[in-house]
Amino acid sequence: MKKRIAVLLSLSAALCAPGLVPGTTSVMADETENASSGRTELVVGLSQDLDNSLDPYQITAAGTREVLFNVFEGLVKPDTDGNFVDAVASSHSISEDGLTYTFTLRDGVKFHNGETATCDDVLYSFETCAQTATNTAVVGALSGIQDITASGNDIIITLPEANSSFLSTVSSVSIVPKDYKDQATAPVGTGPFKFDSYSPQDKAVFVRNDDYYGEKAALTKVTCRIYEDANALYTALSAGTLDLAFHLTLDQVNNLSNGYEVIEGEMNLVQALYLNNGKAPFDDERVRQALCYAIDIDGILDLTEDGHGTKLGSSVYPSFTKYFDESLVDAYPYDPQKAMELLEEAGATGLEFTIKVPSNYTPHVDTANVIVEMLSAVGINAHIKKVEWSTWLNDVYQDRDFEATVIGFDAAYLSPDALLQRWVSTDSSNMINYSNKEYDAAIEKAQHTTEDEAQAAAYKEAEKILSDTAANVYIQDLADFVVLNPEFTGYAFYPLYAVDFAKIRPAG
Amino acid sequence: MKLVLKKTASLIITLFIVSLLAFLAFQIIPGDPTTKILGTNASAQKAEALREQLGLNRPVTERYLDWLVSFLQGDFGTSYSYLRPVSSLLADKLPVTALLTLLSFALTALLSIPLGIASGSMRSQAADHLAVITDQIIMAIPPFFFGIISCYVFGVVLKWFLPGNYIPLSENAAGCMGYLLLPALSLALPRIAMTVRMLRGSIRDELTENYVLTAKSRGLSRREILLRHVLRNAMIPVVTFLAVSAAEIMTGTIIIEQVFTIPGIGRLLVSSIGNRDYPVVQAIVVLLAAWIMIVNFLADLVNHWMDPRLRS
Repeated sequence: MKKRIAVLLSLSAALCAPGLVPGTTSVMADETENASSGRTELVVGLSQDLDNSLDPYQITAAGTREVLFNVFEGLVKPDTDGNFVDAVASSHSISEDGLTYTFTLRDGVKFHNGETATCDDVLYSFETCAQTATNTAVVGALSGIQDITASGNDIIITLPEANSSFLSTVSSVSIVPKDYKDQATAPVGTGPFKFDSYSPQDKAVFVRNDDYYGEKAALTKVTCRIYEDANALYTALSAGTLDLAFHLTLDQVNNLSNGYEVIEGEMNLVQALYLNNGKAPFDDERVRQALCYAIDIDGILDLTEDGHGTKLGSSVYPSFTKYFDESLVDAYPYDPQKAMELLEEAGATGLEFTIKVPSNYTPHVDTANVIVEMLSAVGINAHIKKVEWSTWLNDVYQDRDFEATVIGFDAAYLSPDALLQRWVSTDSSNMINYSNKEYDAAIEKAQHTTEDEAQAAAYKEAEKILSDTAANVYIQDLADFVVLNPEFTGYAFYPLYAVDFAKIRPAG
Repeated sequence: MKLVLKKTASLIITLFIVSLLAFLAFQIIPGDPTTKILGTNASAQKAEALREQLGLNRPVTERYLDWLVSFLQGDFGTSYSYLRPVSSLLADKLPVTALLTLLSFALTALLSIPLGIASGSMRSQAADHLAVITDQIIMAIPPFFFGIISCYVFGVVLKWFLPGNYIPLSENAAGCMGYLLLPALSLALPRIAMTVRMLRGSIRDELTENYVLTAKSRGLSRREILLRHVLRNAMIPVVTFLAVSAAEIMTGTIIIEQVFTIPGIGRLLVSSIGNRDYPVVQAIVVLLAAWIMIVNFLADLVNHWMDPRLRS
């Protein structure tokens, strides 16, 4: 009997390994034959449920933001290159001193509930966003507005001092109909797709906005199916239930054999070994630098992602082309000897600490595992403690009760502030307790510089301080693998979390 | 009547204890709903404001008593992670799980009884051995394992169905039943194997009883003896077992709903624990506990009715 079980097990193991089953190749052939069928309904797999509130000002999860990107728009919105293009506004101008922004409302922009957008709606949106938004950085930027008025079809915003990243704040203020109370459950915006329905843990459905002012979407309906279980999502993808899935791992993509197109981009995350700068032993710069020298970033990329992924060097990822400082990438070349010297100098030989990692994020857990191995080579004894996501948020993020953690931070809006503001010593989300007067000054300076290049230089200066003081061990922007059914084409990466359904169209 | 009263009292006490334990568990594990809702955008003030808004700053006892009083009045509270009344969430999800349970139970009952009778009355030694071995193997297959394998074989390779493409009953009844068939079978298989084995043993025991000899001497055929006399007695333990199965199948859906991505209360329970959404968890836990106890109680009643010896 035991033998039979063994046979059964090995048989099922063989079945589990895609590519070994004779049927798989014929499946692939079927798929390609069906291409160019001109389907206009897309089925998307989401790896997490939507936020509890779909109100654009209440969204916190990146996974919800990237989907509702299709429903909501600001006066301006980001394009794939990170520039701001007119959306609800038909044109905008900035006065020479950088203090006055004039937006002209586009004619005949219709909300999804059929009403026409007016200047009143715009003023209401700015006011509501400033009062209620969960995103503290946006609220902070909006509170700095001196005056906002409507005159005819123009919205005029006056700032007390110039702030050249103000357009990104404007793009974060989704324009919503005045006094519409059901945004949380039935969101209404102006985007190319309308919200149709949402059933928790099951699916969210979006349909094309036929009244869209710009180029109408090619797809008529997008169904987002929710799979909290990574294996369930992967099975559905392999079977062809889904046409599109994003944020997949290299392993998943390598094992996929259904003929889908694999598109590689960047996750737009700053993955790092974040160190609690406020707690011994990481309050000593030399110890933090020793860790930087002891960890071989290329080795991590090779071991966890087969060399994919992009090295960072500081708290900004490369999609922010203007602000990313490439010279910092190799600021700490792999040098275990130097690491040991620094440790000795700091009197921290035989260092021992714990890395808390959220167990649901495999890439972070994998990275942490490699780090532990590398550190043991220089005599550092690091332990991994895997915690559930809620526990991580509570203990590490809110209570700052940790020594080190591996996590990725994304930018909630398209400004380097979204990534750098949090390390200002007084910022409430300064999880690592980073405190550096020069850094605070550099950020302050960047935020109040109007001239583009000078501003970029100021941000880069701040990034360099993070690198010089080894605030964290910066690792990588993870590779983002998107898989698309070849019946469709047009997937585009954005420099922030956004999946643009309007760009996807039937192939051929 | 006395029995019903006694059982009802014990049901209420048990449910009270279960709800208290579930509530206390949330006090022990770290994290609260606000951390999950606010994510990495949280600031201390925001979290505090939200905690105040959700009423999480009140003392534990007050919160529990509040919950209990509302619950007794039929108000299950509001989910933190879906901002909806728990009752409306359950109204969406419970029918899905109920249908899956029903389908799985029907498969178990309809397949295991004929198979059990066949197995119990089998005369060939070799066939019996083979049946026992097959039975043993099926019994050992965990539902999630069969689920994953069948998703792969019938979904990815053979393309008989689309894994992860659950179709609501209201949209397409046949499609819905079709989608639920494999998950129902995954849950049913080990139960079927166990029931068959039990019925087989029970029939074999009964066949050695004296009344069988008597019946034989009166000239009844083997078939008549089996179906009219032996089966009636042999079924008594099996009925209890089947009832317990109904309870276990419902709790088994917690795992199988993840494998097949079925939007039922099992998935809701698992994610609500992760979200620290305790109004939802409380409601489901109490519901599942009540279901298990009621089913067991009904099994007792049926037993009493079937077995005259228990009635006195």
